[in-house]
Amino acid sequence: MKVDRRLWLWVGVCYVGTLAVVAGVLATLGAGLAPDEQAAFQRVLNERVPALVFALILLGFVWFGIVRWFSRRYPQAARRLAEQTRVVLAANPEYRVVADGAPELEEAAHAINQLAEAYHRALGDLEARSAEARAQVEEERNRLAALMSELTEGVLVCNVEGRILLYNERARRLLAPKGAMAPQSAPLGLGRSVFALLDRDQVAHALDKVQQRLAQGEERPVTRFVASVAHGALARVMVTPFFDADARVAGMVFTLDDVTGLLGREGQRLALLHSLAAGLRSPVANVRAAAENLVAFPEMDDARRAQFAQIVAAESGVLSSRLNTAMNEYADALKASFTLEDMSVADLVSVARRRIETALELPTRADEVAEDLWVRVDSFAFVQALAYVAGRLRDEYGIREVRFRAQASGGFAALDLVWTGAIVASEALSLWELQPMRIGADETPLTLKDVLERHGGEAWTQTHKQSHSAWFRFLLPLGERVAIAAPAAAAVGSRPEYYDFDLFGRIEASRELEDQRLADLTYTVFDTETTGLQPSAGDEIISIGAVRIVNGRLLKQEFFEQLVNPRRPLDPESARIHGIEARALADQPAIGGVLPAFHRFCEDTVLVAHNAAFDMRFIELKEQASGVRFTQPVLDTLLLSAAVHPTLEDHRLESIAERLGVRVIGRHTALGDALVTAEVFLRLLALLAERGIETLGGALAASRETYYARLRY
Amino acid sequence: MDTVKRKVLIVDDEPNIVTALEFLLERRGYEVRVATNGEEAVALAESFRPDVMLLDVMMPKRSGYEVCQRVRERPDMQHVKIVMLSAKGREAEVSKGLSLGADLYITKPFSTQELVERIDALLGAAAKPGAA
Repeated sequence: MKVDRRLWLWVGVCYVGTLAVVAGVLATLGAGLAPDEQAAFQRVLNERVPALVFALILLGFVWFGIVRWFSRRYPQAARRLAEQTRVVLAANPEYRVVADGAPELEEAAHAINQLAEAYHRALGDLEARSAEARAQVEEERNRLAALMSELTEGVLVCNVEGRILLYNERARRLLAPKGAMAPQSAPLGLGRSVFALLDRDQVAHALDKVQQRLAQGEERPVTRFVASVAHGALARVMVTPFFDADARVAGMVFTLDDVTGLLGREGQRLALLHSLAAGLRSPVANVRAAAENLVAFPEMDDARRAQFAQIVAAESGVLSSRLNTAMNEYADALKASFTLEDMSVADLVSVARRRIETALELPTRADEVAEDLWVRVDSFAFVQALAYVAGRLRDEYGIREVRFRAQASGGFAALDLVWTGAIVASEALSLWELQPMRIGADETPLTLKDVLERHGGEAWTQTHKQSHSAWFRFLLPLGERVAIAAPAAAAVGSRPEYYDFDLFGRIEASRELEDQRLADLTYTVFDTETTGLQPSAGDEIISIGAVRIVNGRLLKQEFFEQLVNPRRPLDPESARIHGIEARALADQPAIGGVLPAFHRFCEDTVLVAHNAAFDMRFIELKEQASGVRFTQPVLDTLLLSAAVHPTLEDHRLESIAERLGVRVIGRHTALGDALVTAEVFLRLLALLAERGIETLGGALAASRETYYARLRY
Repeated sequence: MDTVKRKVLIVDDEPNIVTALEFLLERRGYEVRVATNGEEAVALAESFRPDVMLLDVMMPKRSGYEVCQRVRERPDMQHVKIVMLSAKGREAEVSKGLSLGADLYITKPFSTQELVERIDALLGAAAKPGAA
């Protein structure tokens, strides 16, 4: 259209221009003639009007022809050349331009083709180099994966924020929940937080210890704890920091060992020993006392003698049955105490002080803590115990400050928690020993007695009247001094190869979430199947499926899939859509149990769903009952599709998938739809970027603007 | 001295050991009373004023440790000799008992004869045995 108009414009300009020149020439000529000559000229002209008209028309055609010929050879040919060049640049570097205009343009085309050739070669080189690099990385990864799968320990690597960068199969098996609840869910996943898997306090405590030992100049501090992990197993966890090029801590390696069996056996062995010790001493004492009397006093009367004989007989019976029971229960006794580690009392005190000061806001002081005194201790549990006692002192006796004192005492270390003022009755401690420990808002199932028994320790109160001070004395077994390892010279420069993983550098900046780039976020893409379309009229979720997108990659192996018992009959209409039968749902958990598992799966991610308002409405109605809230941002592929293709009407999932070239498989299962939605979402991200929408805030704003945002379920 | 009988308070919830100890100590010329739990022990200690307490650690109501601590809190009972008898014999428990004021900590089972000798020794000029 535009070209045509310009063509006509030029034809017009030339035509009118020619006429103007001719008219000008005639006028000039005419002005120089005599009046009679003018009249003759006029007459001549008048006689030739048809010829002149013909000449004028012909002139028009001639100009049209000339202008069109020129326009084809130059401006239009140049534009065609530009379009072809763009194809080379954007779509197909092997394409070669053809000029169909003037020879000058052919020269230009030739030059462009030479440039295209060079560009193509450069691209090819780049491609080859990056393919080579990828192959190398891939090979390293495979080697590492093979190495890690050989390990009998579980391995987790995470960055300083606790985001998981790497894990092996063994770790997955140790940490993934089993059983009826969400059998397919895997809260262990790349980019997830390690704190969701292991007890936050225990991990923080381990990291504190590592930091402290680093500060003391230890090069490779390693710290251990025992954690309860999924399905009641116990894992011995070893935490080792690793460093970046500037020798700052870049992350942690967690090595996990399943010690459930070992600890169970050790517990059994201890229980056996205790029951033997406690159960046998008394009857033996009784028999011995009675027998000794019988021997020492042969002259005693018959009634007495009979009484002692009775005692001997009865107690011997007790003895033999106890011994038999114990022998039957006797299991392999393994001498290993994983829960205890050697630690200097000074370190223990400083960790305890920090815990008490932060958790209880109670000032502390260290008085006379012996140097170089080592104990064998489960430092986590013991620090909990100290904090617990300090907390009760504060709450029940108004103690404002506690002090620590420690010295060797016989074969033990005596650690005193000292305070001034209130006298605490000895009965109080007996009571405190037996109640579950609570520190601030944290409650543990352990009691102080459990902790003391685990250490073979004791605790009691003592008072010193003159100084108005009193203390709890804890007796702990002495430990062996752990030498600070000398710096390993070989370690410098021989850094493991898997330092190069993409995720390593992904330390989340503290920017507001909305300012984060869409490409950097982690997403949970989910879908639900429901009994019907009206959540407020009693329709229920019967299935949730979800997958994760981390670092722009769809992680198909880290998915969540769970059927839900709706606790109401299924409408046969809806069953035709999702194909789930009521029978399949009868044994499934109810939504109140599923949502918390799904909530864990979604932790720290942005939620994505197609027509998310619908799914979120169902979920919101269940938040109260399930005790979890989904507060993360939600993106809707329907709204995003409408935002990138505002002129198109159809934004059903199938239609978008078709438009964006996503193959649709397994639709109308929650997981199948979630997968399709995820693929669609990844493609939508690219289209959003083209429109300059690159942050979460931008995507949310674009969604809000679209018409569909006004729909309410 | 011989005319005044030395007093022993036996505190234990195990009747069999009590029977034996009571018999033996009475033959030895001591005046013996028995308490079978911690609370009774504290009360009897005040009224009976024993010279020696044989104190079992594991008892219903107050534990032997608590009874010991209670007795030691009273200035008028500082002279009472306390012998702890226990079926628990870990070092930490022994240490706790002695720290709380016990004079002796004896782990079950023990020789009755030896126990009596040690009680005699604790009291220094011990009561002479009443019979052969």
